[in-house]
Amino acid sequence: MAVADFEPVIGLEVHAQLLTRSKIFCGCSTRFGAPPNTQVCAVCLGLPGALPALNRGAVVMAIKAGKAFGCRIAERSIWARKNYFYPDLPKGYQISQYELPICSGGAVPVPGLGKIGLERIHLEEDAGKNIHAEGGSEVDLNRSGVPLIEIVGKPELRSAEEASEYLKALRLALIYLGINDGNLEEGSFRCDANVSVRRKGESKLGTRVELKNINSFRFVRQAIEYEIARQVELIEGGGKVAQETRLFDNEKGVTRPMRSKEEANDYRYFPEPDLPPLLVSRELLDSVTVPKLPQEVVEMLGAAGVPAADARAIVSDPRLVEVHRRIGVDAKRAALFVVGELARAVNENEADLGALKFDPALVPAVWKLQDSGAISSTAAKEVLAELIRTGEAPEKIVERKGLAQVSDSAALEAVVDAVIARHPAEVEKYKGGKASLLGFFVGQAMKDLKGKGNPGALNGLFKKKLGEADGTHKAK
Amino acid sequence: MAIDRAQVRHVARLARLALSPEEEERFAAQLGHVLEYIERLQAVDVSGVEPLSFAGDAAGGIVMREDEPRPSLPRDKVLAQAPQQDGKAFVVPRIIE
Repeated sequence: MAVADFEPVIGLEVHAQLLTRSKIFCGCSTRFGAPPNTQVCAVCLGLPGALPALNRGAVVMAIKAGKAFGCRIAERSIWARKNYFYPDLPKGYQISQYELPICSGGAVPVPGLGKIGLERIHLEEDAGKNIHAEGGSEVDLNRSGVPLIEIVGKPELRSAEEASEYLKALRLALIYLGINDGNLEEGSFRCDANVSVRRKGESKLGTRVELKNINSFRFVRQAIEYEIARQVELIEGGGKVAQETRLFDNEKGVTRPMRSKEEANDYRYFPEPDLPPLLVSRELLDSVTVPKLPQEVVEMLGAAGVPAADARAIVSDPRLVEVHRRIGVDAKRAALFVVGELARAVNENEADLGALKFDPALVPAVWKLQDSGAISSTAAKEVLAELIRTGEAPEKIVERKGLAQVSDSAALEAVVDAVIARHPAEVEKYKGGKASLLGFFVGQAMKDLKGKGNPGALNGLFKKKLGEADGTHKAK
Repeated sequence: MAIDRAQVRHVARLARLALSPEEEERFAAQLGHVLEYIERLQAVDVSGVEPLSFAGDAAGGIVMREDEPRPSLPRDKVLAQAPQQDGKAFVVPRIIE
């Protein structure tokens, strides 16, 4: 049908758990994976009389995000109660921000798309988790009160692909800022999508549907694509899109309406009586520093001579950027190492980027050994692999594995002379013009040297001793 | 401002309250009176007055604590008063999504 006659309009809301050590309104740990209900207290259980106490770390991280994306940071923002009943919400309300959020405006740079605008970023607390079991549902409140920022994007995305690119860029930026671990599977980075369609050329927005439960980049694309097609088909068939919340069923690849939607949209927000306004002083604002974002690092690497593809590969993981930085010299060669030897070692489980065994500053020492002819380029690769695996000093590795290359001319000359003496027939042919035999001589010498001869030096020596095999006999 | 029984039912459902038809009638009248009072307040000119979002002393803003974890409660205490639990978690009627 005519999906092409329609323009999708997509805006994403991302909930990102902040990497604080303790919860937003109490001192319970935020550690993931603890046994159920072992990281809870009177505050995050919502027991009567318990009062919230705001975590400065969460505020600092929200400010960091706001500064990174060029948002206006409110000098004064207020807390609000969002009221609804659900078993994972012990208080019957979520403390959030509504009318005056901590950050507003700003934009996220997305490679290939330019900047995608933000409505706002606000602070709030996470709810607990329901585990659906036989005969009932279990409620684990360890997650209750974990700090979140909700990042509300403007409806500026026009396809499922753009939505996915935006999400990837946002996720990577949050990882660079050190405020979120970007783990979609564990739910520390979650996405809801508002999707509507309108006929091309129409300026009025269509009725939007909110999609929930999309927890992978693939599902984001699938859910949005399905929803666009569903809405277009509905309109083309003379129907109307209902404003509703739909869940993505990743097994069937479809979206379906969520039950009891009327209640879900009547949150009766009101100012939180237990928390005074959040005042962000000039001093606090200035104390929050923002590291370089992925886009800036790509540009920086490019300026240092790193090819664009390598730069993008390195930037996809801030730990690779750190390794590259610590190598310290020759950005281009360092990039080759990072996307070459290091990436290979990581893929083959020989290296763990989370716990490196080697000091990247030792890598140039290997290059030096190679460039001086002390080891061959093949041996250099082996030394780098061994360095990554063990962290041992390059010189030690060369010694232990016997990789040193014989470049000493006296030693090489003796071998060259011996090879010439052993193969008079080949020498004759070579002198007669069969230049390809040079490889044979070098190979023989290498055999004598157990592969440790410097091939360049051997080449030169044979040429010198036998004369250039250009057909003319040179006087010796 | 009058409030009808349908609105009372809606609000009651949001608050998970089950009301009898008599209660719906009674609360419709009572909530109507509350809203009338609010209407009277709305007659006051508050232009230029900053909306009050916190009734206590908000001059210094919120006091923040440092991001340091503190011990949580022992799980048996956490679950002790739950109407239903299985030693690990609170158990609630099956949630259908």
